[in-house]
Amino acid sequence: MLKALQNLDRRWIFLLMGLAVGVPILVIGITGRTFPETPTPLAQSVFDAVNELDAGDKVLLSFDYDPASEGELAPMATAFVRHCAQRKLKMYFMALWPVGPRMVQQNIRRVIEQDYPDLVYGEDYVDLGFKAGNEAVIKVIVTDLRQYFTTDSKGTPVEEIPMMREVRSVQDMDLLVNVSAGYPGSKEWVLYASTPFGRSASNPEGFQTVAGCTGVQAPLMYPYIPKQLAGLLGAIKGAAEYEFLVNEWVREQRIAEALVAGGMAEAEAADLATTFAKSPGAAEEWTVSGAAASMSPEAKSDLIRVADAPIPGKYLEGQRRMGPQLVAHLLMVLLIIVGNVIFFMSRKRGGAR
Amino acid sequence: MNARVLAWTVILLIATALLVWRASTGLGMAKVYVEAEEVSFVEVTVPPPPGAAADETSKTLWLPADSTEVRRYATPAQRDAAISWTELQQVPPKAYFEAQAADPNQTAIVLSWPRTIGIWIAAIFTLSIFSFLYRDNPFYRVAEAVVVGVSAGYWMVVGFWDVIIPNLLGKLMPEFVKANFLPGLNATGVEWAYLVPLVFGIMLVWRLMPKGGWISLWPLAFIVGTTAGLRMVGYIEGDFLSQVSSSVIPVINPIEAPGGGTDVMATIWASLRNVLLLAGILACLTYFFFSVEHKGGVGKIARVGIWYLMITFGAAFGFTVMGRIALLAARLEFLFNDWLWLIDPTDQRGVANAAAMVIGGV
Amino acid sequence: MRRTVPLWITAIAGVALVISAFLPATRGWGEDVATWFSILAAVAFVLGGGNLLKVHLRKISDRQSGWGYSSIVLACFFATLWVGLFKVGVHPNPKYPDVAYSGQTQGIGSPFWWLYEYAFKPLTSTMFAMLAFYVASAAFRAFRAKNVEAVLLLGTAFIILLGRTFAGVVLTGWIPADGAFAGLRLENLSVYVMQVFNTAGNRAIIIGIALGIASTSLKILLGIDRSYLGSGD
Repeated sequence: MLKALQNLDRRWIFLLMGLAVGVPILVIGITGRTFPETPTPLAQSVFDAVNELDAGDKVLLSFDYDPASEGELAPMATAFVRHCAQRKLKMYFMALWPVGPRMVQQNIRRVIEQDYPDLVYGEDYVDLGFKAGNEAVIKVIVTDLRQYFTTDSKGTPVEEIPMMREVRSVQDMDLLVNVSAGYPGSKEWVLYASTPFGRSASNPEGFQTVAGCTGVQAPLMYPYIPKQLAGLLGAIKGAAEYEFLVNEWVREQRIAEALVAGGMAEAEAADLATTFAKSPGAAEEWTVSGAAASMSPEAKSDLIRVADAPIPGKYLEGQRRMGPQLVAHLLMVLLIIVGNVIFFMSRKRGGAR
Repeated sequence: MNARVLAWTVILLIATALLVWRASTGLGMAKVYVEAEEVSFVEVTVPPPPGAAADETSKTLWLPADSTEVRRYATPAQRDAAISWTELQQVPPKAYFEAQAADPNQTAIVLSWPRTIGIWIAAIFTLSIFSFLYRDNPFYRVAEAVVVGVSAGYWMVVGFWDVIIPNLLGKLMPEFVKANFLPGLNATGVEWAYLVPLVFGIMLVWRLMPKGGWISLWPLAFIVGTTAGLRMVGYIEGDFLSQVSSSVIPVINPIEAPGGGTDVMATIWASLRNVLLLAGILACLTYFFFSVEHKGGVGKIARVGIWYLMITFGAAFGFTVMGRIALLAARLEFLFNDWLWLIDPTDQRGVANAAAMVIGGV
Repeated sequence: MRRTVPLWITAIAGVALVISAFLPATRGWGEDVATWFSILAAVAFVLGGGNLLKVHLRKISDRQSGWGYSSIVLACFFATLWVGLFKVGVHPNPKYPDVAYSGQTQGIGSPFWWLYEYAFKPLTSTMFAMLAFYVASAAFRAFRAKNVEAVLLLGTAFIILLGRTFAGVVLTGWIPADGAFAGLRLENLSVYVMQVFNTAGNRAIIIGIALGIASTSLKILLGIDRSYLGSGD
């Protein structure tokens, strides 16, 4: 038995890993259940950095990743776009990787065009496209954006784009969001944009920077927190936590909007929405005996619909992927333990002889 | 026929039979639907709006054929010269099923053969790459060859259209670029300084020539010099000075209690955290300092530094594993969702459960 | 001459960037150098494609082993170039429909998009997904707790692997969340390890690397390090 395990063909381990990831995907896909997420302080910092902005504030979103890392980073990117769109922030998309524009287009299509069709291209969001040059691009655009970006990705000159009129450089932004898979990525944005020109003790009005990175890169970004990087989403766990925060907040916002539409004052609606959002299943109760009982029947049914609405699957990607993560991590721990047990047992037997 | 070949033949036959069964039951599998929209544009001259400034003139521009300005101002000749094409929007399969249920003869939403074949090709490529886990084989080699060729071509195309055309040729030949590629370009005049990167660019490509390889050293030197100049300042400011500044933290970090005064336990924990952080940074830096022999006191501190680094590498390993598994999960999701239609997490097919997708019935 | 001019180019380009960081009046020099660098980076893509062509053509002409695959590489390369450079099937920009090449290169629906969506994307993402299998195999075969350092590494790996998933919550869920030992709950412990020990280690590494880069960059700019010029042909 020991010898068999010592000489185990690695293809059996590959099969185990395949099953450890594949079976939970099928189970979660069929049952639709995901594990609960408790956001950690870093994910909360990212959320707060976006949430502290006011409607109309400018956010530069740089999607510096490719399909190889899409599994980890796409959920973060989607959550960022959703958060910014719901907050009515002005989104300026760009990329330092050649296939980055595809990621931008995907998120514009999936989030903005499908769920926020009122947003107007050129007034609420713009896709500036890709520029080669890695950190040299960042070096230039922190002082002069138009030196590189003379047109957007569709060829429209920036002078004709309304939301570009008041933007001369990255310093005109209120927040920098970077989703990165390697080089060039979060580190370069921190070194060449955030450190010299971002918010600091000597520049309290400067832009903050938040980043979402792959698992490989995330540990290397921790030293930049909090002075150079306000928050960090590390790997799929960070994505799942941030997704959770954004989904809860959007639900709260929608409940507040439904209450205001039903005639409630904004401040009161905001407070109530926070309470209601904690137990969305009790929506019917609020409209019968709760604070929303005095609203019109249409407003009540709207409120119930909004509170009970299931979260669209595209906004649960990160949380869905935590299921296979759990099983695969347990497998990894088991493999390491078994590998060590085999090693020590064979050493002992070899020593006894 | 030996046992291995027989075993593989049986496996392939079973897999094919399963695929055929999957494709022919329930809602089928791997289908992409699109909605066609005919768009048309007319070049129209729009006069200045009422109340405009005296110096404002009429503008000639292209507008959608169904816009108010076209209906009001376009001449018949302009309407005849309209440019049209068909835009295809991908729609979820449930939109097709609903449209078919409402009107079985509808032609607004149709199956897109290029995209459907694309899904099959993507799945075959995915499985070909995975087949390498068993062993190297021609399917994997073909898939590898395709990715090398396509990615090299892709990067070249993107570099050409997104950088060389607007940022180089657009500066040296603005009128030509404006007329043919970027009509919105602000053609203010030739910027002769951009001859430098043009010449350097040609010299860089000269590297491919059989003779005169030294010519490419000039642009390479420029690239090296630029990178060195950028990094020297960036890394000193961002990685050295800022990191040292962030390391200057109080060893005793008093935390206020909610009701006023100092929370002793919280202060102890917060101070311990700062002490551990500071001690770790200094210990690791001591370990990296090889000009002094790691003996005695220095040796002990360096040992502690190694322990910190081991914890750092352990954390890096944990995160790396996390990252890799997420990528595998994404690919398997593609196979189960987009290809086999076994699960529907994003509600593309509009069925309540996977069984219905497989067996049929919405 | 062949080696002196490149040395001067390196020095001038680098020094222009360094000076532009300190003297606002010279900021334009730095921007120009960086812009030219960006153009050369795009030309490097062309160089990469050209090099690919050269290598694989040689393989095919010499009928080296695997030349059939090289012909597939080149066929895909040329197909991508054709549909991409000539914007085949790309609709023009709606504002300028009379200019055929005004459309978005990476526009959805075109053959170039198709190559990305159904060839490039599944292939590259699957190639990287394979690493999950190799990580598992390596963990079983290579990670041995032979000494203190290895135990620390593996112990931390376990804390992170378990603490960053729901398993951590379940395993240490019995520890009260508000109590004095709440920090020992795996999810909190993993955060603490990252914020203290990982930060300390990586900060020291970053500081060390920054000093190394500064000295290497200075050596290159001053012409002391000439290794990038090659062996001197």
